[in-house]
Amino acid sequence: MKPVQILNFAAVLVFGLLVGHQCSRAPAPKPAATPTGSVAVPTTTQTSRSIDALRRGADLATEPESLPLARVENADIKRARAYPMQPPTIPHAIDGYQVDQHANRCMLCHGQVNSTQFQAPPVSVTHYMDRDSQVLAEISPRRYFCVQCHVVQTDAKPLIANTYTGADDILAATPAARE
Amino acid sequence: MAWRERILGIWRLFNSPSRHYSLMFLTLGGFIAGIVFWGGFNTALEATNTETFCTSCHEMKNNVFAELKSTIHYSNRSGVRATCPDCHVPHQWTSKIARKMQASKEVWGKIFGTIDSREKFLDKRRELAEHEWARLKANDSLECRNCHNYNSMDITRQSPRAGAIHERHLLSGDKTCIDCHKGIAHQLPDMAGVPQG
Repeated sequence: MKPVQILNFAAVLVFGLLVGHQCSRAPAPKPAATPTGSVAVPTTTQTSRSIDALRRGADLATEPESLPLARVENADIKRARAYPMQPPTIPHAIDGYQVDQHANRCMLCHGQVNSTQFQAPPVSVTHYMDRDSQVLAEISPRRYFCVQCHVVQTDAKPLIANTYTGADDILAATPAARE
Repeated sequence: MAWRERILGIWRLFNSPSRHYSLMFLTLGGFIAGIVFWGGFNTALEATNTETFCTSCHEMKNNVFAELKSTIHYSNRSGVRATCPDCHVPHQWTSKIARKMQASKEVWGKIFGTIDSREKFLDKRRELAEHEWARLKANDSLECRNCHNYNSMDITRQSPRAGAIHERHLLSGDKTCIDCHKGIAHQLPDMAGVPQG
């Protein structure tokens, strides 16, 4: 904050306090002090961990600074599934990939035919089946839009802590709980 | 045969020495006129080789140029960008002239409104794209390589996946850029039946 802004802010604060004090004559100037308190230290509440992603606790009179954009992880290392049957997450950037009625960029490498050429994991044969379990030559229309289930991951911090426990951890913990 | 005499007369006029003008005037005049015409020709040629010129037609501005804007060849972190002729016109002079002659057909298309609506453009898109794929395949993606030189490409700075694939297919020369990077700067047409990768 620039010195001029601080001066302006102080002037407004003093003016507001005086006016509030004279008008009310009440023993509590605290309603005026409470919002100024949150304005004066916005950084404590404006963390990326706030569940309110837009305002992050800043009051309405202030403009919260936008957070830096999260980067897509592009390390090409397969991630473990958090639970059985989880759609695997995409371990690379997919910027500008065209997946529409004309073309499917994902299937350029992940199709059954091209997957060996690009050493990409081919999509499972279930993705070629229609709802009657008939295997089609092309990816099934109901599986066509890959990012409906498969998503990239970013380096953004989770907004709230997650206490999810996977099935393997529960199974491993069970004997101990029994004893 | 009056017209035969006339042609012979013109031939004799050009074949005989100058009667009134000095040799210096003719040589210097020819030299200066050459500079003016050659310079003018190249200036006009370069004027048609700009993005401003390309996008002065709504066919380009509303379709392909609009699509380019969201791609990395228009907007990226370092601000280096490709304009239309960087990819679509050869940089070498003779090839450029050849392409410019071909472009006379595009002028024809412009005059008669071959793709003057979005629907017409979408109907023609596959054919137009195939022309560009064929051109880039034939010249080993020369217009890509004008900027993306494999010798200067540090594949260790690429993602492991991209680096490995470039090393396997680009270094060995069994693929060229356009084989995998179709639709890098514009939307793809209906790709049914197009072998990819």
